[in-house]
Amino acid sequence: MGTEPGPGAQAAYRLRFRTCWLWLVGVPDTCLSMGLELYLDLLSASCRAVYIFARKNNIPFDFQFVDLLKGHHHSKEYIKINPLKKVPSLKDGKFVLSESVAILFYLCRKYSTPSHWYPPDLHTRARVDEFMAWQHTAIQMPMSRILWIKMLIPMITGEEVPDEKVEQMLAEVKNSMQLFEEKFLQDKMFIAGDHISLADVVALVEMMQPMGGNYNVFLNSSKIAEWRMRVELAIGPSLFGEAHDRLMRLAEWDSSTLDPMVKERICELLQKFK
Amino acid sequence: MTTVSRTPSGHACVDPGEHLKPEFLKVNPLGKVPALRDGDFLLAESVAILLYLSRKYQTAPYWYPPDLQARARVDEYLAWQHTAIQLPATNVYLCKSLLPHFSGQPVDTVRLDRLLGKLKPALQHLDQEVLAAKPFLATEQVSLADLMAFTELMQPTAVGCDLFRDWPRLAAWRARVEAALGPELVQDAHKLVLQPRDPRDAQQDPRLAQELVHRLQERLS
Repeated sequence: MGTEPGPGAQAAYRLRFRTCWLWLVGVPDTCLSMGLELYLDLLSASCRAVYIFARKNNIPFDFQFVDLLKGHHHSKEYIKINPLKKVPSLKDGKFVLSESVAILFYLCRKYSTPSHWYPPDLHTRARVDEFMAWQHTAIQMPMSRILWIKMLIPMITGEEVPDEKVEQMLAEVKNSMQLFEEKFLQDKMFIAGDHISLADVVALVEMMQPMGGNYNVFLNSSKIAEWRMRVELAIGPSLFGEAHDRLMRLAEWDSSTLDPMVKERICELLQKFK
Repeated sequence: MTTVSRTPSGHACVDPGEHLKPEFLKVNPLGKVPALRDGDFLLAESVAILLYLSRKYQTAPYWYPPDLQARARVDEYLAWQHTAIQLPATNVYLCKSLLPHFSGQPVDTVRLDRLLGKLKPALQHLDQEVLAAKPFLATEQVSLADLMAFTELMQPTAVGCDLFRDWPRLAAWRARVEAALGPELVQDAHKLVLQPRDPRDAQQDPRLAQELVHRLQERLS
């Protein structure tokens, strides 16, 4: 626990790419460190979206692991990359970019990925934009909170969050899932229509977050459960599973290894819920 | 000198509480403003609407620059601002203006200070990191990022919580954006939020007022 998922697979992927590149053009290995770097911890839903999208589209990158559980996002080295101390970050030569939605759009454009990911049609694109805007507060925030209150806070502080607060947050999530189904999914195969787009990837990885705390938001709606299967299939079950491995094994984490400063901050966070 | 893009526009006013009623929910089931209706096409979310308008009406490129990295900077701000700026700034506004208006109670200053505190790190970031490097939030020219930021920060400011007071670079940026947009347009857009509320308006529909107070209390707790 505490290592990036599939480190062997990651290293092999980079090695394969480097070997090909070297073989083709005889470029020294040192030049490759100027390639695309993605600073990630797959415990974070936003990181998973970026990871899945880059891997699915065979976009070559260096996986720079920023271990959130060890507080590496607060390290001096990482603050130089992103002073906001958040993951994911992208580094492309000298260009540094934060915010998963911005990173996804950047990758789409730079690597000319298939158009269904971010459809060019005015109205369809607007649907994707609409979801990408709405999800920050309506999906990502509440889903992440569930993981905190059900798993991380009790695990780290040894205390439970008051029932009333838990109920309030679960109700918020339920409401969001209902709105998602009624407004964004409706009777379509995917959010934008017949094909998977960035919106579906972002939606699903965020809805997976409570799974890390053994809370399943997909149980109440067969429509959403079916959409979930479709999205996983389109992404590829093996890639999807690999991306979620660290999250699903969160319960195994030895929280005594947590940096004391980070632990203190989390204890302060608990106070806000009381 | 930048000019504000002119698009054919017709706008419909939405009064407080109207966004909860069935007629409006047909336009936007999320029960929020703004919402756009273009023929049969309905669209919610201000960021999505701005992107739609800039594409459909092919507005001047500086709003949403075509250059890969410049565009990424605008996207980065537009994504970040939802939770860093829009949510906390709206909460400040609700606490300072809307809740007292509908409840008839004075402003809860303890709560207001707490809410202002949540906004502080973001304002500090903009003032001391972002604007230290360039004149506008994303690029060297005004963009959709500045437009969103300007209106979100003006909201609480217009009702007496001056968010620019402690941040000189942010204040200078505000003046630049106002100049770029045109002072008359800015004044016109903020007319409603700048004028003091008539306490009698709140009691026109006491049941609705109660409902709104309940929702606001929950949201701001």
